[in-house]
Amino acid sequence: MSAVDTVSFRRTRDLDPYKLGHREAGEHGLATGHGEGGPASKRVIVGYGFWIFLLSDVVLFSCLFAAHAVLQTATAGGPSGRELFNPWSIAIETACLLASSFTCGLSAVATGVRSQIWTQLTLAITGLLGLAFLLLEAHDFAGMVAAGAGPTRSAFLSSLFAVVGCHGCHVTAGLLWLGTMMAQVFFKGFRPNILRRLLCFNLFWHVLDIIWVALFTIVYLIGEGR
Amino acid sequence: MSNGTNEHNLDDVAPGFMDAADHSVRRGIQGYLIGLGLSAALTAISFYVVYTKLIWGPAIPTALVVLAVAQIGVHLVFFLHLTTAPDNTNNVLALAFGVLIVALIIGGSLWIMGRLNERMMPMNQATQMNRMPQMQR
Repeated sequence: MSAVDTVSFRRTRDLDPYKLGHREAGEHGLATGHGEGGPASKRVIVGYGFWIFLLSDVVLFSCLFAAHAVLQTATAGGPSGRELFNPWSIAIETACLLASSFTCGLSAVATGVRSQIWTQLTLAITGLLGLAFLLLEAHDFAGMVAAGAGPTRSAFLSSLFAVVGCHGCHVTAGLLWLGTMMAQVFFKGFRPNILRRLLCFNLFWHVLDIIWVALFTIVYLIGEGR
Repeated sequence: MSNGTNEHNLDDVAPGFMDAADHSVRRGIQGYLIGLGLSAALTAISFYVVYTKLIWGPAIPTALVVLAVAQIGVHLVFFLHLTTAPDNTNNVLALAFGVLIVALIIGGSLWIMGRLNERMMPMNQATQMNRMPQMQR
């Protein structure tokens, strides 16, 4: 390749690093669906499929959020959000979940360099923070039911228990999955299929945190003002 | 090409994709730290705004929604590694469709139910009308 060719080659690469267009004759990009790239790798397909599942889960949550937003003032003479919510408890739960999302991200970094001990350690911290979140939430729920503010008290409380409970169920399922993944990484090592499962678990856990952001904003903070 | 494998990874990626080949450990941790810092700050502001008089009362829900959307954006970029790069088009398009459905469901429900409430008879008037036939009897 002459010097001039190299320069022009570099220039096109800078403008179009993924070679989605303007490909020189005979040159094939590696992007899938563009020439001889071939089908996408299994990892990409698994991640994309799981992403679509997660988005459908988000749609499910949006229905519960819509129901709660509509029923937020339907207290039927019962307690309102302002009387029920303990801001410190919500803040600690939020901190637990955010920290667990962070350590989950660190576990992805540890998995990237195939470090067994760091992957296990960060996943264990993720699990413990998730468990702390879940116990605090259960404690809050038990306190509300004991105070006569259970899900049967008013439409507001029914929708509150539905949306927060649904998120809690997801976290519980996530914790079971997390334990399974730790065991699989320990006994089977970083096989390609295990890596794909870890990727899906990471996505799942981060999306749960995104749902919690919407949840504490709509249910607790905006509810506080009602 | 010496970095052929690297390039193949860059061409089409799944959401949440991180690879040791082109992201060093330090850079990876840095990204998550930035995400954590931004999220923590946005969360703290959300809580602060609710329990103080920093913002005019009726504007608080709007401010909270804006803060939440910002934080969700931070999560998507720093934790889920969604970018606007051409390799991420599929993931972003799926997300855009999801956002459309969520906006239709939540926005539509609030809109319809709000309008319905406006046009409903006030509660005390409605109960009076229910009682009327009994009084005539």
